[in-house]
Amino acid sequence: MTAVTGFLENLGARAIGAVNRLGFASRFLLLTLRNSGMCLSRFSLVAREIYFAGVLSLIIILVSGLFVGMVLGLQGYDTLQRYGSSSALGVLVALSLVRELGPVVAGLLFASRAGSAITAEIGLMKATEQLAAMEMMAVDPIARVIAPRFWAGVISMPLLAAMFSGMGVFGGYLVGVRLIGVDEGSFWSQMQAAVDFKEDILNGVIKSVVFGIAVSWIAVFEGYDAPPTAEGVSGATTRTVVTASLSILALDFMLTAFMFRGA
Amino acid sequence: MPTIPATDNLVEVENVNFAYDSRQILEGVSLDIRRGQVVAIMGLSGCGKTTLLRLIGGALLPTRGEVRVDGKVMARLSHEERFALRRRMGMLFQFGALFTDMSCYDNVAFQMREHTDLPREMIDDLVLMKLQAVGLRGAHQLMPSALSGGMARRVALARTIALDPMLIMYDEPFAGLDPVSMGVIGQLIRRLNDALGATSIIVTHDVAEALGLVDYVYIMSAGVILTQGTPDELRASDKPFVRQFVHGETDGPMPFHYPAEDYASDLRAREA
Repeated sequence: MTAVTGFLENLGARAIGAVNRLGFASRFLLLTLRNSGMCLSRFSLVAREIYFAGVLSLIIILVSGLFVGMVLGLQGYDTLQRYGSSSALGVLVALSLVRELGPVVAGLLFASRAGSAITAEIGLMKATEQLAAMEMMAVDPIARVIAPRFWAGVISMPLLAAMFSGMGVFGGYLVGVRLIGVDEGSFWSQMQAAVDFKEDILNGVIKSVVFGIAVSWIAVFEGYDAPPTAEGVSGATTRTVVTASLSILALDFMLTAFMFRGA
Repeated sequence: MPTIPATDNLVEVENVNFAYDSRQILEGVSLDIRRGQVVAIMGLSGCGKTTLLRLIGGALLPTRGEVRVDGKVMARLSHEERFALRRRMGMLFQFGALFTDMSCYDNVAFQMREHTDLPREMIDDLVLMKLQAVGLRGAHQLMPSALSGGMARRVALARTIALDPMLIMYDEPFAGLDPVSMGVIGQLIRRLNDALGATSIIVTHDVAEALGLVDYVYIMSAGVILTQGTPDELRASDKPFVRQFVHGETDGPMPFHYPAEDYASDLRAREA
């Protein structure tokens, strides 16, 4: 009996803890949005963070995109040629990338490459009292440190996803057309005909914006909320990658369910 | 030397209580800091000294009592008013808390760029002047990671005085420094205070260093002020606690051992 009540108590306490934290994170997001004025008036602060979060993630995004596209080319050709429709390879590669793989894989890479770095940096700034020092100098750390990193992530993510998809299409072309010998004309023309701007590309962009907001929000919050110790910061960095990755996958399912209902 | 109006108080802490959750940190603390003076708040680690500094800086608010800085009650100020008051305060953090992504120059220039519209040339002059005051003008291009502990503390000091504050607070300025750096920092604290016509509060447990340079001392233990006086008065004091503290005796009113059961019976109990 005590084991059961103990289990229930534990479960309840965990649930309350989780809801509390979500509430705290939401208020933190509101505070960040309210203190985003400086990001507009001094865009150089955001630009600097776009360099660290976005530009420095380019290599991993482009290389991954190329390989994912090349694998799609191989697998797609293997399946399509059984039905004699290998000329539709371009459509398969482009739709897979633009609708799903671009935003999702770029989001996962972004979370582990840039999200973890943002969390670790903010967590260490907190642990070494840099945020407290800033506050004592009458500079609000939310406006000066948190908001620029948040917006840099939100801006970088869709751009990275677009570059991932572009590179992926190129990889599919390399393998499908150059290596295997699918007809180049039908590869591009079928792709052009089948990919719809609003239905496919715009929805993909919406996904990547949503993922960008989620990853950036989680990364800055975990950093700001990290206990100011070595274990605290390392734990927060791990939580950023895990929580952000799971959020991306869950959000992707929900967004896909709304966007592509077989209409 | 500037003439200092030593009659009125810049900081007044009146009967302040403070608690983190259920843990009582400060209990009925009252103290006054006179304008122009360098005042030390001393006590063992964990006695609430740093908390007291945070209360004076308005980073924390007391659960009871009042903190007044320059006649203003911290708890009644709005966010903007508190920030406006903080522009006239400087705080040196325990390990400097330099911004690790900026050079020494940018660290010192930080507040000038954030709070003023001064032209670039003037900021340049001011930053080098502040760094010259702490003897590190030649190091202005270095990143904080390239500095020794003592140098980092001095750059942080230059950053603290960047906007000529009326009140400078030091959180353990001597912690972890070699004797030479310690002496340098001590001298700088005194010199800068007098040159800027500022008021300084030093929180420290470094008795010997602090007694040599301050005007007045408060000694704290476990969240209450135990005694106060000028350095000479404290050196001459025959109160057991003050004697133990000033002369660094290991045992006395402050026990060496954390409260525990009798050691022999504890060992026997563990064996059984």
